Amino acid sequence: MSHDGTISRPAIERPESVYFFGTCLVDLFYPEAGMAGMELLKAQGVRVVFPQGQSCCGQPAYNSGYREEALKVARAQLDYFPGDWPIVVPSGSCAGMMSKHWPDLFKGEPDEARARQVASRVWELTQFLVQVLKVKFEDQGPPVKITWHASCHAQREMGVTDEPKTLLRQLANVELVELQREKECCGFGGTFAVRHPEISAAMVGDKVADIENTGAKAVVSGDCGCLMNISGALEGGKKPVRGVHIAQFLKERTHG
Amino acid sequence: MGETSINFAKASSAALQDQQLRGNFRRAMDGLMSKRAVQFADTAEWNGVRTLGASVRLRALSKLPELLEKLEANCTRNGIQVHWASTTDEANAIVLSIMQRVNAKLVVKGKSMVSEEMHLNAFLEKHGIESLESDLGEYIVQLDEAMPSHIIMPAIHMNTKQIAHLFKQKIKEAEYTEDVAQLTDLARRVLRKKFATADVGISGVNMAVAETGTLCLVENEGNGRMSTTVPPVHIAVMGLEKVVEKLEDVPPVISLLTRSATAQPITTYVNMISSPRKEGEKDGPNEIHLVILDNGRSGIYADEELRNTLRCIRCGACMNHCPVYTKVGGHAYQAPYPGPIGSILMPQVEGLEKRGELPHACTMCNACVEICPVKIPIVEIMGRLRSEAVHPGDAVKGAGSHASKAEAMVWKGWSMTYASPLAYQFATALLAKLGNAAPASLPLLKEWTNVRSKPRFANRTLHALAREKGIPDV
Ligand code: SF4
Repeated sequence: MSHDGTISRPAIERPESVYFFGTCLVDLFYPEAGMAGMELLKAQGVRVVFPQGQSCCGQPAYNSGYREEALKVARAQLDYFPGDWPIVVPSGSCAGMMSKHWPDLFKGEPDEARARQVASRVWELTQFLVQVLKVKFEDQGPPVKITWHASCHAQREMGVTDEPKTLLRQLANVELVELQREKECCGFGGTFAVRHPEISAAMVGDKVADIENTGAKAVVSGDCGCLMNISGALEGGKKPVRGVHIAQFLKERTHG
Repeated sequence: MGETSINFAKASSAALQDQQLRGNFRRAMDGLMSKRAVQFADTAEWNGVRTLGASVRLRALSKLPELLEKLEANCTRNGIQVHWASTTDEANAIVLSIMQRVNAKLVVKGKSMVSEEMHLNAFLEKHGIESLESDLGEYIVQLDEAMPSHIIMPAIHMNTKQIAHLFKQKIKEAEYTEDVAQLTDLARRVLRKKFATADVGISGVNMAVAETGTLCLVENEGNGRMSTTVPPVHIAVMGLEKVVEKLEDVPPVISLLTRSATAQPITTYVNMISSPRKEGEKDGPNEIHLVILDNGRSGIYADEELRNTLRCIRCGACMNHCPVYTKVGGHAYQAPYPGPIGSILMPQVEGLEKRGELPHACTMCNACVEICPVKIPIVEIMGRLRSEAVHPGDAVKGAGSHASKAEAMVWKGWSMTYASPLAYQFATALLAKLGNAAPASLPLLKEWTNVRSKPRFANRTLHALAREKGIPDV
């Protein structure tokens, strides 16, 4: 771990195969973002494996204080990612749960070593695309103005800061306008949004206002929790701005 | 405020309705954040000084009992009388007995969060002693009969207009003015008279140095110096974690404190108090008392993970950067310490039965962790407290008090489904088919859809799509 508590990944060679961990929100609500993520990886000549036994990283229970239940679900994942291939996750939050919190969650358990080994192989998607695959995208879409929302856990647990913007800036016809409060939480916070609906609404309200001020046509994000919250609020408020996962956005722009 | 009426959700809901308050906080915190960013613009310097600050605090905590003994011995040698209080009631009683001995009627106070924790003003008032806050912000909230809403800027929830009205209403000689200089002047005139006639001065302590028996006090207005030098008796109150080992530990912590708190590279006054007035000296109190308060801290100290809470130097940066605090303000927490640090400290000090809601006043965004100058893993401790709240145990008072059978059943069911591939795929396939039929009026969904559209389940799960597209499984 680095000085500020974020995970720092040692550089690795481009692997022949990777695992894809889809996450439970992607699975149910944004499967097309998951498919886009896998296709982006495949387009770079990497073989992608999607273990059908996978379900969830355990974060919802973990953050609610139910650690035993979180452990049970996390443990069930270990079997599906044997070997040494990197595990790529299209969500900073779930990647953070696996690489930062699993070691604590499994502390003192018989499978602690195995959990640590799996945790050490976890990459957030944009981090993997930039740092390991060193992708260069060519834009094939029409001109558009967009903005970027940084997920809290991607930036503050996984240490993902510039990678998504590096990717978006490779797209020649995409104008990226930065939010004034790019790093501020959108108010999702898992169960927070339903436990404290009014505060959460105020937070997402500020976020939506910030997005509108940029004049962007779309807000791109790398986390489905944020996306569900922000695009839900945009739609609920009848704002003509679309929320889209970065994997899907990149795929749309580069594969027609 | 009643002992049982602590309800963060309700209080924050009221705060959110108050547009003036929301505006005041947003503006004030935006300003503080950008000013602080300038102070720590050099990342390498920030990392260095922060690591140093954290190590000073960690070293102090690693030998806390030993340092406290040393502090007591050295203070006593210097002529400072040391008192130990295990509860706030005991601390209040100690303060009162000193006052009664010198027959004190009027007390002036410098800013002290521990005295807020003790509800000292109300206590003294009950015993016929007038206690006047001399820090401008504290003075304003005292006039307003309110609690501080921030640990560094107690009246940050009010704007100039509101303060102008308050002064006009509460101070006899006041003319209505919105001129900040004139308002400050007015407060100063009122306070000056009181400084001259007060029997006792009370202050907090920013740091107490074990090796020298020195009390270190940082402030901007000079009121701290007045409170600790003019009255014949000075009583300092501190939490037992405020000790540092050596004199050389002081500068890095002060630098982190002032830059994190108000973005000042240095502060106007640093008071280093090491003894009462000696023979031949022209000023200073004849007696100095140091009250060291435990109030649950030794219990926090006993747990290795929770102990990190005690690293805190009370700079308030975590609240300035907290997206929840900046929306609802400090009063919603109904606690002397609001914001992220309050959300972990209050449940440990007062118990989870009473404060178990506070660890949930957080989205776990980690903005506080990123900013904390002594690197307290606030969010990790928050998670630990959430877990303590629902599981019986003995580390934190009231552990298990928020356990609900229904909630536990939900998570048990969840874990059974999510730990079994078959059950999981069956459940998710079912949700993909039928989930969208759920009416928006369902309990949790209703809260969500107040401002948002209903989340839409995709027709087919990622698992199903991956199978269809022939993505290999192993
Ligand atoms: S927890 Fe950290 S940021 Fe918050 S007041 Fe304490 S030292 Fe400052």
